[in-house]
Amino acid sequence: MSCDQCREREAVIHLTQIVNEQVTTLHLCERCAAEKGVESPGSAVKTPLGSFLAAMGKGPEQTPSARSADTCHRCGATFQDFRESGRLGCPDCYRTFETPLRDLLRRLHGSTHHLGERYAEREASAEEAREKVADLREQLRLAVETENFELAAELRDRLKVME
Amino acid sequence: MIDLSLLADGGVGWLDASGPSSHLVLSTRIRLARNLASHVFQGRCSETAREEILQVVESAARESVLLRRATRYRIDRLDRMDRQLLHERHLVSKELAGLEGEGRVRSGASVLIQDRIGVMLNEEDHLRIQGLHSGFALDQTYAEVDRLDTELGQRLAFAFHPEFGYLTSCPTNVGTGLRASVLIHLPGLVLTKEISKVLQGLAQVGLTHRGLYGEGSEVVGMFFQLSNQTTLGSSEQELLDHLGKMVRQVMDYEEQARQVLLRDAPTVIEDKVWRAYGLLRYARSLSFDEAMNLLSGVRLGVGVGLITDVAMYTLNKLLIYSQPAHLAVAEGISPDDADLPLRRAQFVRKVLESEVGRRG
Repeated sequence: MSCDQCREREAVIHLTQIVNEQVTTLHLCERCAAEKGVESPGSAVKTPLGSFLAAMGKGPEQTPSARSADTCHRCGATFQDFRESGRLGCPDCYRTFETPLRDLLRRLHGSTHHLGERYAEREASAEEAREKVADLREQLRLAVETENFELAAELRDRLKVME
Repeated sequence: MIDLSLLADGGVGWLDASGPSSHLVLSTRIRLARNLASHVFQGRCSETAREEILQVVESAARESVLLRRATRYRIDRLDRMDRQLLHERHLVSKELAGLEGEGRVRSGASVLIQDRIGVMLNEEDHLRIQGLHSGFALDQTYAEVDRLDTELGQRLAFAFHPEFGYLTSCPTNVGTGLRASVLIHLPGLVLTKEISKVLQGLAQVGLTHRGLYGEGSEVVGMFFQLSNQTTLGSSEQELLDHLGKMVRQVMDYEEQARQVLLRDAPTVIEDKVWRAYGLLRYARSLSFDEAMNLLSGVRLGVGVGLITDVAMYTLNKLLIYSQPAHLAVAEGISPDDADLPLRRAQFVRKVLESEVGRRG
């Protein structure tokens, strides 16, 4: 939804006020909220994604790490796209942007580990998983051969999770 | 014009005030966000991809037990009034109904509904499996939604990550994909001015609040939707238990606030309640917001036993049927018609009159 004030940017702060028993809710974007002086700790808690994304757009975190500059091989989304829209492009983006996302998930949810129900993969997807493992092994072999140890370490971690 | 009579109880079974604690809690809603592993997320989907998603999920639904007889609405092929009608009935989100901002509907936007459960398709995520119950009923609602999730999950390949869980278009929903909301009426806390403290407290324990229609909606008539903020790092049951525990606490606070009001300011409360009732019985023109606020006052009156001849169910019905699209459809006029406030007042008068006649 768009900001009540400028009607342009996405509203990330939802301020509920009670004046004379009338409850009103104001939806503001980060900039208009700052202009209005709305920076209560409550609003920050309510919109952790918005404030996180805003925080990433300024200050020392501005220089994107090499990792976050990557483009998702499957859907073509960049981390900048995610920063602007707040939406990821496809399931594979979670692997492509794993490092910055892990940081974000920790801030949003206080954890990165799913503890809920595990999805019982179907026969077909088990087959896909086997293919993926074979593919990762091949990539790992190449990475070791070309002495790209950083990539190799990551591939090894991913294989460990899958196997 | 869509035919809502195709739905069992017209899709408003959740209004019947039969559920637990229904004098305070109108309804309990739970949704699970799911995406197909085979397709990119909504923001990058082509029209063709959305049609494919629709076909794949609909065929899985036809093979399922829980959605075999589902009624299906192609939201993208409905006119604005019908879309608004479904939204006012709390059957589809504002986003899916294309009622946000410029009012564009995403191609392929659809909903399948069978009894108290259903699936929104081509919402922010490919699937939003949802369940809606009357009153405070987290466990029953989740049991049904979980069964549907299992059934569909056997026929579809969902995007799932070993560490992050179910993958969603927005990282705020990742993990369980579960959002549980309880729609609760809190006039006691608003009138005693305790509500801000309570809402702040809830934010500190990871819960969030919204208005009558969920995400991005205004708080009207002192109705609040309380729901979990986080979806990752706790199991479904832990999320539900935590929300349930906090809602029970809020209900206790609300009951206490009502007792304080009745003890310390009985005449003020009586005056407020009866004024609201009087206006609803006799006013000749009512805006939607005014009607909501007055219904809220009467609801408080019924809750504390000051008004005895109006049923909660009647108030719930008035809440739904005095909304713009519902009223316009019933009266056969446009939702922008200048006569709407007059028709609303007339409708409310008629319902309350017959209620008192029947009971008295």
